[in-house]
Amino acid sequence: MRKIALVGNPNSGKSSLFNHLTGLNQKIGNFPGVTVDKKTGFTTLPNGEKVEIIDLPGTYSIYPNSKDERIVFDILANKAHSLHPDAVVVIVDASNFKRNLLLFTQIHDLDIPVILALNMMDIVEKTGLSIDAEKLSKELGVPVLPMKARSGKGLDLLKETISGLQHNKRKPIFDAKAHAPEAIEAVKSSFDIDNDYVAYQLIQQHKINDSIADEDKAKLESIEGNFKFSKDELRRKETLERYAAINEFINGSVKENFTVLPKRITDTLDKVFTHKIWGYAIFISILFLIFQSIFAWATIPMDLIDLVFSEFSSWVSTTLPDSMLTNLLADGIIPGIGGIVIFIPQIAILFAFISILEETGYMSRVVFLMDKIMRKVGLNGKSVVPLISGVACAIPAIMATRTIENWKERLITIFVTPFMSCSARLPVYTILIALIIPNKYVLGVFNLQGLALMGLYLLGFLMAIISAGVMKLILKTKERSFLVMELPTYKAPRWANVGLTMVEKSKTFVFEAGKIILAISIILWVLASYGPGDHQENARNYVLEQTTDQLSEEEIENKVQSYKLEHSYAGIFGKAIEPAIRPLGYDWKIGIALITSFAAREVFVSTMATIYSIGDTDEEATIKSRLRLEVNPETGKARYDLPTGMSLLVFYVFAMQCMSTLAVVYRETKGWKWPMLQLIIMTGIAYLSALLVYNLLS
Amino acid sequence: MDIRNVADLSPGESGIISGFMDDALSLKLLEMGCLPGQPIKFNFAAPLGDPICVSVSGYDLSLRLDEAITISIQ
Repeated sequence: MRKIALVGNPNSGKSSLFNHLTGLNQKIGNFPGVTVDKKTGFTTLPNGEKVEIIDLPGTYSIYPNSKDERIVFDILANKAHSLHPDAVVVIVDASNFKRNLLLFTQIHDLDIPVILALNMMDIVEKTGLSIDAEKLSKELGVPVLPMKARSGKGLDLLKETISGLQHNKRKPIFDAKAHAPEAIEAVKSSFDIDNDYVAYQLIQQHKINDSIADEDKAKLESIEGNFKFSKDELRRKETLERYAAINEFINGSVKENFTVLPKRITDTLDKVFTHKIWGYAIFISILFLIFQSIFAWATIPMDLIDLVFSEFSSWVSTTLPDSMLTNLLADGIIPGIGGIVIFIPQIAILFAFISILEETGYMSRVVFLMDKIMRKVGLNGKSVVPLISGVACAIPAIMATRTIENWKERLITIFVTPFMSCSARLPVYTILIALIIPNKYVLGVFNLQGLALMGLYLLGFLMAIISAGVMKLILKTKERSFLVMELPTYKAPRWANVGLTMVEKSKTFVFEAGKIILAISIILWVLASYGPGDHQENARNYVLEQTTDQLSEEEIENKVQSYKLEHSYAGIFGKAIEPAIRPLGYDWKIGIALITSFAAREVFVSTMATIYSIGDTDEEATIKSRLRLEVNPETGKARYDLPTGMSLLVFYVFAMQCMSTLAVVYRETKGWKWPMLQLIIMTGIAYLSALLVYNLLS
Repeated sequence: MDIRNVADLSPGESGIISGFMDDALSLKLLEMGCLPGQPIKFNFAAPLGDPICVSVSGYDLSLRLDEAITISIQ
């Protein structure tokens, strides 16, 4: 099957084009050897041929600024790469023609069949430019297609052009060989390369490119030295020559007509969104809106999912014959799956908001607004994006720090991002808040529970900022920090893209995180259903031995169930850590949930569901009502009262309880030092704060 | 007279890029379309005075003040 790669600047409409070409027929994976999101999909051409579409990371230049951008050169230059495409579609924002063409001219020189897609032609006409695609195509020697990726206009022509695309040798736009003939010859003869520009780029990039083997790096290093290849000087010349060439190309095919230049809406919007007062007020209102809507919209489907799964579980246990398998199904697997599915509404809503902020161009304004403040605590304006996406999940957020070029700023961002309350904490928050905070309105509009939720998010954010400030003082660096960033024009979000992001992220969650959650639910069920000795089989006898009171059959049954749980493996584990967590107001049942939460926090709710359904004879109760009924045997009052509830909430805000995050931090920082520090420091802070809160409130 | 740079412009004012004071940064600025001979316009500054938004090569770019200082103008 032929492979077609999509390449373009950020904000050029590349993902819209990808979504239009592939629809729901796409999958996300990793590029081989590196953890960069790889989006691939399939499309059928008019002649019936099926081709694979590869979406490459957005970049301004083939000279990479980050690990993600490096992929573009690696795949396009290396003919032996498993993803090396048969053709490239370079998509450019035609309303920002000159700068976008720079990347095109670089790809042009790599000698792969290329199609140039001119996106946003509608905006071009409005700004008073006109581009003659046919003429431009003759000048460049490649097909040039006008299109509107947002609406899918021009898509048929693109598909047709792909099916008939031929490879013709082109004269390079930048004649690398004229600038460094001996060095390029030397590379071509010692490596299996026939393209001048690929050879030239290998010398340019060998120091920063990890995919080049060490011995090859040494070879390139000596070529660079022997032939006095002066990298920066050549790169400067190259960029200037390319822009000069671009000016010639568009001379004649692009007409500028400044008399019709309209007042740009972007200028007006920027006056508001970056205003001294309104700018920040709007930003805070948007965050507030996000939290309020998650609480208001997600709880209804969540309660419904909760109810459906508990009903189903009780139906299974009453309908199927009583056996071990039935118990595993009703008390282990079904509540476990329920604990995964229950997250979908929140994740979908959160990612919808994040994707709208990105699509509209507002996210870069947030970076612009926050840069100076962020720099005060050792972060970068760009840290705002990982911090905000950390609210959804720390894993993509930590990967998003790759756009921060400065290592110290990036490291601090990686370190503090897990303090942001991710969506996995959300169910823990919602359930505990519902138990301890009254569902009242203050001032008529603000839901008290919603305010409490926002308070928890702020608490995490504050701790992130404080830790960043502390790290700024500790870490030293000489590396410089940049913020040369495009402020794209505002656009209405394309709802299909928002919808696809919601579906994709929920799917990834269900299948990736879901596997862990389900596995832990099953392990937990086993641990909670079996124990050493004969305590499980003869639980009834032990209970009757211990008690002298006359008990009703139901009371005995309840005592037997809790006796069983207490003497199960899970109960023994929980009891073992009870002395350590008792000062925080937790009992051994919460201890079990804490232990499992260290694999992933989202397991808390399903753990609670499993533990309490095993120890409970009332099969129909939902998770929430079970927690509400749980009694502290020492006080005779509810187990989840204000001090314990608040202490648990604070613990979950600060603690590092996610193995996947630790794994990602290990990958991104290339060592165990930072993830281990994160685990110890965050959990230490969590323990001390929970201790403080519990003692202040009780 | 000292050479003027982009940070010396006042909001709404334009200049023509004449060169760069910082070699490493200039490579990145060139690729982002800040080319000698091109007009560059200071649009507005962020509420706290830094970074600033400039128009160059037909689009908007955000620069920190210490980055803007490295772009000299005529």
